[in-house]
This record gives sequence, structure tokens and C-alpha cells, in this order.
Amino acid sequence: MTAKLVWENLKHRPLRSLLSFLLIGVPVTLILTLVGLTHGMITDFQQRQKASGADIVVRGTNAQTALSFGSATLSEGFIKLLEKQPHVKMAVGILNHNNQIWLTVTGIDLDKFSAMSGGFTYLEGGPFRKPDDMIIDRYYAAQQHVHAGDTVEVLTRPWHICGVIEGGQLSHMFVQLKVLQDLDSSTGKVNQIDLKLDNPANVEAVKKNLRGVLGDEYPIYDMREFTSLISVDNIGGLREFTWVVVGIGVVIGGVVVWMSMYMAVLMRTREIGILKSLGGSNAFILRLVVMEALILGAGGTLLGIGMSFGAQWLIRALVPASIQMAIVPLWWPISLGIMLASAALGALYPGLRAAQHDPIEALAYE
Amino acid sequence: MSEDGIIEVRNLSKTYQMGKVSVLALRHVDLHVERSEFLTIVGPSGSGKSTLFHIIGGLTPPTAGEVRVAGHDLSALTEADRTDLRRCTVGFVFQRFNLLPNLTAGDNIAVARYIAGMPRKPDPQFDEMLQFLGIAQRLDHKPNALSGGEQQRVAIARALVNRPAILLADEPTGNLDTENSKIVLELLKNLNEQYGQTTLMITHNPEAASYGHRTVHMRDGKIMEAT
Ligand SMILES: Nc1ncnc2c1ncn2[C@@H]1O[C@H](COP(=O)(O)OP(=O)(O)O)[C@@H](O)[C@H]1O
Ligand SMILES: [Mg+2]
Repeated sequence: MTAKLVWENLKHRPLRSLLSFLLIGVPVTLILTLVGLTHGMITDFQQRQKASGADIVVRGTNAQTALSFGSATLSEGFIKLLEKQPHVKMAVGILNHNNQIWLTVTGIDLDKFSAMSGGFTYLEGGPFRKPDDMIIDRYYAAQQHVHAGDTVEVLTRPWHICGVIEGGQLSHMFVQLKVLQDLDSSTGKVNQIDLKLDNPANVEAVKKNLRGVLGDEYPIYDMREFTSLISVDNIGGLREFTWVVVGIGVVIGGVVVWMSMYMAVLMRTREIGILKSLGGSNAFILRLVVMEALILGAGGTLLGIGMSFGAQWLIRALVPASIQMAIVPLWWPISLGIMLASAALGALYPGLRAAQHDPIEALAYE
Repeated sequence: MSEDGIIEVRNLSKTYQMGKVSVLALRHVDLHVERSEFLTIVGPSGSGKSTLFHIIGGLTPPTAGEVRVAGHDLSALTEADRTDLRRCTVGFVFQRFNLLPNLTAGDNIAVARYIAGMPRKPDPQFDEMLQFLGIAQRLDHKPNALSGGEQQRVAIARALVNRPAILLADEPTGNLDTENSKIVLELLKNLNEQYGQTTLMITHNPEAASYGHRTVHMRDGKIMEAT
């Protein structure tokens, strides 16, 4: 019966109910989008690195995190040296140039990189032929609305798109290593050397040997270590930022419920008086208000979850290369908990006021 | 004055405090009502009739004097006790029907059941009473789809669903036309005769007052005479 009373109240003013759902849904979408972006970007980065086919990654001395490449400090001479080490089948120098956050132009020796990764799958065009040739993946092609044969402006100069690949390996944009080195005035240098081993089982042995050869100056990672470099915990401030957004969500949710229930209680003063004249206790009235608020919180969360799929769709449609957003169902119950808590909090004051209404005055209310 | 009436009011006064002004709504009221009596109360507007009902029904506490309702000493009751009194001992019928607008007639009655902690399905005798009230076929309608007379009959059913010792009807025909007034008054009379329902009814209408066993006149917060 309580559920029926609450439900009929929500149904009686559908616009007010929908508006409340929407206003609670927005912060939920905000939270889920942020979490989805974090997860999406991290997973995307990890998958791209793994798909390069490397077993071990050697980085420049000033590479601080997986995301900041720093300037190229590894001499190409190292490549030959590393290739001579036991169990190392292949060493491939890579030069990353950060174009914008998350979008990197990567310089590669196409033949060697293909040998390590298993090669590109071309959807349009083919490999490099001229120095200003660029290979892009289909996500970047879709984002920029370009095809093989078109020209794109990257790093303040035009590039001719020679091929569009399926993608998923390392980067969205590839140019020839030599060309990028000249452009970055780092001729003969790279900022990452990927090693492929004869057998992945030898990773530990090779790492140990490399430390002896290179000293402690150069970070050496196996692929598992390298991909775990980037996580929610070691991207500076990300965790804090997430909690700030959650906090904003709680405040917005609480205020929306507070206003919505405050208005509802005011408009239902008379009905509260009726319930009291029938012997409804203060606790009963409070329960009605809190329950309605919880339904607003739950409905808003559901709507917010729905809208997060909308956000994902929008991102895929507009910027498929720059931003990846994952759907993280783990955060659905978390958002629900957050919103239920803030709804209950928001309902407390209006609920207590309603419960304490004087029945005679409430019945006289017009 | 005998002590075994279902309502015993002695020297009751009620003052409403409105900021610095105090309104004396009842002054030294004495009233005795027997079980199964149908008492009508008449008197001009502002004479304290509703206030007397609100006190007997536990909506507001007395300021001074003694009030006993079905064995409860009202001056000793806490707010929670008065809630219990409204839940189990009295049923209200108001001039403005006061049905919950979002619920069907049936659910309006069910709410009262629910609040009293009774099972949802009332007893067969209550079904009979619904027939008696002529609303058994109207229970699926919301109040705004019912006529005033039907709404008031639903309100009477709601007031009686938990078998209260006392029915308090405050100008139950005040918003009804002559025909519907007559129906409601006949019903109250029959309920009293058939089920022995103790009923107190406030009215402006002398003809309506004649439906009761006895009429009490009020003026300026006092009971003037009994007929
Ligand atoms: N809740 C209240 N607060 C202040 N004054 C009230 C309240 N209820 C009634 N009164 C006053 O008490 C007096 C008696 O009112 P009431 O009992 O409603 O009379 P009646 O029902 O006979 O018209 C009136 O002067 C009225 O203004
Ligand atoms: Mg009155």
C-alpha cells in the first residue's frame, strides 16, 4: 500500500517525476562517462601496446610514465646492440610524437614493425612510398572523414594518406621513422625500443641480461609491467578527480531530490493531513516521502545509465580515434548506491517537515 | 452525570495560540454521549463545534478539563497515543470529503485499513456495508469521477472500515445537494440503527439535526442547551 501511494503520487505529476529523473540522471551520466573514459582510454592503450607484438620495452632515460614519451634519448645504435643479445629475435625502434593528448604520431620502420606485430591489414591503399606518406587507422580516418589519397594536416604540415589500416596496434597515425626523426630534430634517436624474443618464457632472463648491458639508466619493462604503468592509480589526480565528480553528483542529486520533495510535500499538505486524520503516524509520513525520493534516485540512476550509452554512442560517432569510452557495469550499482544515499539525504528535511505537520492545519490547507 | 458514557467531557477548555493572540475556542464544555447514541451538534460558525470534534478525535490536545473517549483519558495522551486513537477508536467524515485524489475509492478505503495494520481484505460484513452505502460498484473510480454524494459515501466507508467506536461527522452534508444530503443522512441513521454505530454529527441544518436522537446547541465555545 505504501508503494501504491508513492507510485500514484509519482504518476499524478508525470512531468515533475520525469524532470526529477532527468536531473538525477545527468550527474549519473557524468560519473559513468568519466569512469567509462578512464577505463576506455586505459584499456585502449594497453591493447594497442600488446598488439605491437613486443615482449619487452626499453625506454628513454627521461620517460616518466607510459604516456609521456619525453624527447628521444635512445640512440639507434642500441637497436643493433640489443638485437645481438641472447633470445632477442628482433629490436624495433619507435619514435612517438605527442600530437595532442592521446593522439600520437608514431614513427616506425614499417618492415621491422610489421615483422614484429604481424603486419597491418590495409582497408584502403598500402604501405609508405614517399617521405610525406602517412598510414592511419580507420578510427582516425572516420574521425577526420578522410580516405587514402587525401591529405591531412598534422604536426603543422600536410601528410598524404597512403593507407588506411584496420588499426588496433600501437597508434592511430604512422609515418616513417626517418621522416619523424628529421622533423623532431632527433636524427638517429628513438624514445622506445620494442624487443621480440624467441620465446616469451625467456622474458625474465633477457630483462636481467639487459640490465647488465644497459645499466639502471634505461627503464626496461616486460609487456605486463609496461601496460600496468598506466592505471587509474598512477595517472596523477585521476582518482581524486573521479571522487570530485562523484561528490558533485551527490550534491546535485541531493539538491534535486530536496527541491522536488519539498515542493511535493507542500503541494500535498492536505493529503498529509488526511493520512494523519486516519491515524497515519509521523514515521509513516516520513517513510512515504523517503520512499518516493528513493524511487526518484533509482529511476534517475537508470535513466543516467541509459544516457551513458548515449554518451558512448556520441563519442564513437564524433571522435572515435581521440577518445574511447567503455561501459563499466561495475559502476552501475556504485552509482545507484551513491544516488540512493543522496536522495535519502535530500528527502530527510522535507520528510521530517511533512511528518511534523499539524493535522488540523494540514486539513485546512487549500 | 454517569461515568459509563463512551464520551465524557467535563469542564473542557481549548485555547488556540496564534502568535500573541489567544483564541478561546471552547469554554468549560461538559458533554456525555452514550454508546450507540446518534448525537447532532448545531450552532453558528465559529462556535467551537469542529474544535470539540478535533479534541474528541485526537487531532489536537485539550487545554484544560477532562476528556474520556472510549476509556482513554485524552489529557494524558502523547502525540503518538493520539495517533493511535485516530487509527483505532474514531473515524472522521468531513464536509469536504477529504479523499486522497490520486487513489481510487477502493484504495482510499484500503489505505485506512493499511494504516490500522489490518489485512487488506475487510470482512464480509464490510462488503455488506459497501452494498448498503451503494458504492460497491464504484470502488475502481478515482474521486474526481464520483459525484459528491458518492465521494461522501466512500468517505463514510473509509471512516468505518476499521470499526471505530465513534464516528465523527463534521457537516457531512455541507457540500451536498438536498437529494444527496438526504441519502447520506439516511445512511448515517441506518448505520446507527443497524450496527449500533455511535455517531456525532455537526450540522447547520435543523432538518439534518432531526435525524439524531438528541441535539446539542453550541455558541461562543459553550454548550447552551440540550434537546
Ligand atoms: N487551528 C486553529 N487555530 C487558531 N484558531 C482556530 C483554529 N481552529 C479554530 N480556531 C478558532 O476557534 C474558534 C472555533 O472554531 P471552530 O471550532 O472551527 O468553530 P465551528 O466549527 O463551530 O465553526 C473560531 O474562532 C476559530 O477561528
Ligand atoms: Mg466547523
